[in-house]
Amino acid sequence: MQFLSYLISGISLGSVYALIALGYTMVYGIAKMLNFAHGDVIMIGSYLIFFTFGSFGWNPVLAILLSMAVCTVLGVVIEAVAYRPLREAPSLAVLITAIGVSYLLQQVAQLMWTSNAKSFPSVVAGLAPIQLFGGQLTISVETVVTILACLVIMAALTLFVNHTTPGHAMLAVSEDRGAAQLMGVNVNATISLTFAIGSALAAVAGALLCSTYPTLSPTTGAMPGIKAFVAAVFGGIGSIPGAFVGGILLGIIENLSKAYISTQLSDAIVFLVLIVVLVVKPTGLLGKKVNVKV
Amino acid sequence: MAFSRLKTMRKTTRSNIVTFGIVILFYLVVQLLSAGGLLSNSFEGQLIPICAYVVMAVSLNLTVGFLGELSLGHAGFMSVGAFAGVLVWTVAGKSLPVFAALPLAFLAGGVAAGLFGVIVGVPVLRLSGDYLAIVTLAFGEIIKNIINACYLGYDSTGLHFSLQDQSSMGLDPDGTVLINGAMGITRIQRVSNFTIGILLVLATVAVVLNLIRSRTGRAITAIRDNEIAAQSAGINLTRYKLTAFVVSAVFAGLAGVLYGLNFSSLTASRFDYNTSIQILVFVVLGGMGSVRGSIIAAALLTVLPEMLRGLNDYRMLIYAIVLIAMMIFNQSPQIAAWRKRLVEKVRTGLGKSKKTKEVA
Repeated sequence: MQFLSYLISGISLGSVYALIALGYTMVYGIAKMLNFAHGDVIMIGSYLIFFTFGSFGWNPVLAILLSMAVCTVLGVVIEAVAYRPLREAPSLAVLITAIGVSYLLQQVAQLMWTSNAKSFPSVVAGLAPIQLFGGQLTISVETVVTILACLVIMAALTLFVNHTTPGHAMLAVSEDRGAAQLMGVNVNATISLTFAIGSALAAVAGALLCSTYPTLSPTTGAMPGIKAFVAAVFGGIGSIPGAFVGGILLGIIENLSKAYISTQLSDAIVFLVLIVVLVVKPTGLLGKKVNVKV
Repeated sequence: MAFSRLKTMRKTTRSNIVTFGIVILFYLVVQLLSAGGLLSNSFEGQLIPICAYVVMAVSLNLTVGFLGELSLGHAGFMSVGAFAGVLVWTVAGKSLPVFAALPLAFLAGGVAAGLFGVIVGVPVLRLSGDYLAIVTLAFGEIIKNIINACYLGYDSTGLHFSLQDQSSMGLDPDGTVLINGAMGITRIQRVSNFTIGILLVLATVAVVLNLIRSRTGRAITAIRDNEIAAQSAGINLTRYKLTAFVVSAVFAGLAGVLYGLNFSSLTASRFDYNTSIQILVFVVLGGMGSVRGSIIAAALLTVLPEMLRGLNDYRMLIYAIVLIAMMIFNQSPQIAAWRKRLVEKVRTGLGKSKKTKEVA
């Protein structure tokens, strides 16, 4: 029973990773860049919810919607100002710029809201936890909401990408940017849209993450950001189902190793599993192998 | 006489002399200013970290700039080197004189980091591109986590080791704790000085410059330029990739020893992912494949936050903005084209004014 409880909280943590990983994986698939600032967008979104919902007592749904809107704008602006001028530059240049943006967001947050950790109120507070097996297994509402939100978003996103015109444009740009442009796809608009979706999901992930782990500081987004990035690579970067599978597996591995092996070494175990997977299957679990042509 | 010889010298030799000259000049200027009491305390405190970061940047440049593989875990090797070196120093420093114990510490740091370079390099170098980057990042974090959870001590019965906590080491009450988990190594007898730092910088620069001009170095840059072409020309990819990676790790380890022996306590969280990123920033801003660029960028960017100290809270903000602006200004194709047009305009403008003068 205890195992089941660890497993479920692992899936919940994994759902958050999966939501964040989606932002990484979509941006990587379409713009071929690692957006290191993604984790910090989560942090900004969480602060917004902290103030609107926590301090001003807004309706949680309204607070999350506002945070999504602001993060969307933020993501699009970051892309337009910092990444678009470097579209044709070497990938390392873009990577360093993304790191610069990440520092910038953290510093702005620190200046505006100080580096003191704030305790985040749960967005689903007040609902009673679910008791199963005559009280032997308790599942908190946060866990259920997180898992459900992740499933719904994942399904919606898959439908969007596979069955709408903008979704098809995204697939086309990720396959071959030049050819897509020749076929009349607006590449810049498509990349902006990708950043918008990724950042909106980051806001949701932030709300769920901080509800489960209720501390908020300017560096809150950094470590979950890296873990989610690992999840994206784990599942095969560029693949939406890969992000889901990678995120869930990562969450489960992390929670189980925390429970049964060592709290201090759980991160090391997560990264070790990643290395083993990549060495055995270098494109990740669900990644496609691309042959290099001479 | 000497000047005419300088003219007939090979271009690369001349360039190398300039690189060494910069380092030696920096040393002499700092020594003069220090003797005159013109250096601020905070700047003097930065001298050894500057040397350590220069060595880190030059060695990372070997992997990123010359081999062309992105590594995000360079600080991990620095950490291994620092802990190995400081451990040897705390144990050997008690019984051996400084001139024997110190080289031993550097040797231990370099060898330990080199060993880890092999352990990490063999699986990592099978991958390429962003996957390689994420795995190096993962290794860096693993090293940090393991050292953070590591307890080591010794007593009359021998060495004791544990990954749990201090009490589970089973140490005698009179035993000595060497590594105390996340607290790391404490009460280190500080021994690093600026001269040792500069000597290490010179040694690193000499080895790296010679390596890249050698047959091995040509093979390494050939792999960077076109892996498939290099392979078809008969270059053993694994061997040369591993060589570059391990040499880079060894110098990161040496830099770690220098850095570790400069502080009275050493923790693994000092060498996290942010440190790796910081060193990567030095390499990219200094110019990939330019040893001189790495040296200058590492030194300047280590001092920059200190110089901005007067701006207090805003210094890291300014650092971030400068970083983004410099990347866009240097790397954007549009801005490069615009700069070119501007230069041409100025040049033709000057040419015209000259002509009109001639006519007049």
